[in-house]
Amino acid sequence: MKIIEVENLVKKFGSFVANDHLTFSVDEGEIYGFLGANGAGKTTAMKILCGLSSPTSGKVMVAGYDVYHQTEMIKKRIGYMSQRFSLFEDLTVWENFQFFGGIYGLPAAKIRERTTELLGRLGLGGEKNRILGSLPLGWKQKLAFSVAIIHNPSIVFLDEPTGGVDPITRRQFWEIIYETANQGITVFVTTHYMDEAEYCRRVSIMADGKIVALDTPANLKAKYNAANIEEVFLKIARN
Amino acid sequence: MSSAISIHAANITKRYGDKTALDDVSFDISKGELFGFIGPDGAGKTTLFRIITSLLKPGSGAMTVEGFDTVKDYIKLRKILGYMPGRFSLYQDLTVEENLRFFAGIFKTTPEANYDLVKDIYSQIEPFKDRKAGKLSGGMKQKLALSCALIHKPEVLVLDEPTTGVDAVSRIEFWEMLSRLRLSGITIVVSTPYMDEASRCDRVALIQSGKIMSIDTPEAIRNNYGQDLWAIKTDDTYRLLGDLRQFKYTRTAFPFGEHIHLSLISKSVKPAEISAYLEAAGHINIHISKIEPSIEDCFMEMMSTESSTREK
Repeated sequence: MKIIEVENLVKKFGSFVANDHLTFSVDEGEIYGFLGANGAGKTTAMKILCGLSSPTSGKVMVAGYDVYHQTEMIKKRIGYMSQRFSLFEDLTVWENFQFFGGIYGLPAAKIRERTTELLGRLGLGGEKNRILGSLPLGWKQKLAFSVAIIHNPSIVFLDEPTGGVDPITRRQFWEIIYETANQGITVFVTTHYMDEAEYCRRVSIMADGKIVALDTPANLKAKYNAANIEEVFLKIARN
Repeated sequence: MSSAISIHAANITKRYGDKTALDDVSFDISKGELFGFIGPDGAGKTTLFRIITSLLKPGSGAMTVEGFDTVKDYIKLRKILGYMPGRFSLYQDLTVEENLRFFAGIFKTTPEANYDLVKDIYSQIEPFKDRKAGKLSGGMKQKLALSCALIHKPEVLVLDEPTTGVDAVSRIEFWEMLSRLRLSGITIVVSTPYMDEASRCDRVALIQSGKIMSIDTPEAIRNNYGQDLWAIKTDDTYRLLGDLRQFKYTRTAFPFGEHIHLSLISKSVKPAEISAYLEAAGHINIHISKIEPSIEDCFMEMMSTESSTREK
């Protein structure tokens, strides 16, 4: 089943075309890497997929809902995490989960159950009463991810989730992503670490508002005769 | 080191409340060196750079830059420093050219007087000189910020995470600019969370949790890794990771793109034994090759060693 379907998505700001006829789809339970140079149009497209911005034209369906008329339904079915917008530093771990669970309208009993389950999975159950600001960055990123899936969304958007994270935590983070995808939650992720692109089932690469490549990492490397995704990226971006 | 010292740091410690941002950090950086501080967010890089640039006093310890004490001689020091902070801090509502002229003016010079030093970088954004800085793309902002940090011809250039959040292509271009700039003899100190950028530096300090784990040339750090390292690939990377962690000879197993980097508890284990184990676990298309460690391998090795020493 397709969880995201995009056909000929165009987004213009005045005369500037930020997204120029994007067409792609994402399968349920897939880890999809959304790559591109700075200014290629990734953020614009992500905002549309999250129901925060309307396309100029084209068809965009997310979790079965239309981004023109059903953005409130979309927002209930997605999770979002970025490096920048994270959790509240002066609340405890537990309070952060309660707050975001409440925002998603989950019943109190369900929030408690999910919080216990997610903290247990991270091995951070014993830390629930600590103030978030006092925790190491790597823990905060893992907690932010758990909060983004507290309402069991169909799809979770991760915008550079591992930027600046130490190399061991960065790898642990990807293991959590794998587990999440195995449980059926689709993962849509952007990153500047090209080794992480290899962990995705499929990746697309944007340049100047267009998707110029979309395939599995193995097929892209074969097509561009490259040893790794970084080489593919450089070959595309320099053309 | 035979060459003259540009930056000397002795036992620098800095605490914020009960958090230790820098813990007894000492190092020497030579004149004309391209020196990198490599470490994740929260390692203490920005605190250290604020001390180098005299914007923050160390809690204890002493630091000199070109012979100037960073606390006592800060007025003299600031004249010979160029500093590019981690956050874009030029004037968004001034044009490209106005920003450059403003920063030159603060140091009582003109863009024309030192044009040679910035030409390579500034010429790339000169076609947009009438555009407001706030309207530039990320890569162009970065070039303007570097031009402004250089326009008074500093002896020491301090760049705090210039490539964070920058795409792979722009990162490569930025380091190419630094390599050319290095030829002018200026001392360049740069920080980055990207381990692969270490190879661009003459020497690097690997920094984590306020401590320097190692200072050396990138080659020497790689040579000191101390383990045989294997890159392993099969058709199912995720299952491979789990299986390798169960392997009785495994010391560490970390994913690196489509490969798993594996170190073993004994050097006498043959690749054939790894291969036989993986075949028995049902893996197909098994590729095993011995590789040289990257800086990232070394960083993780040191992180693991440091935390296990702490726990003991």
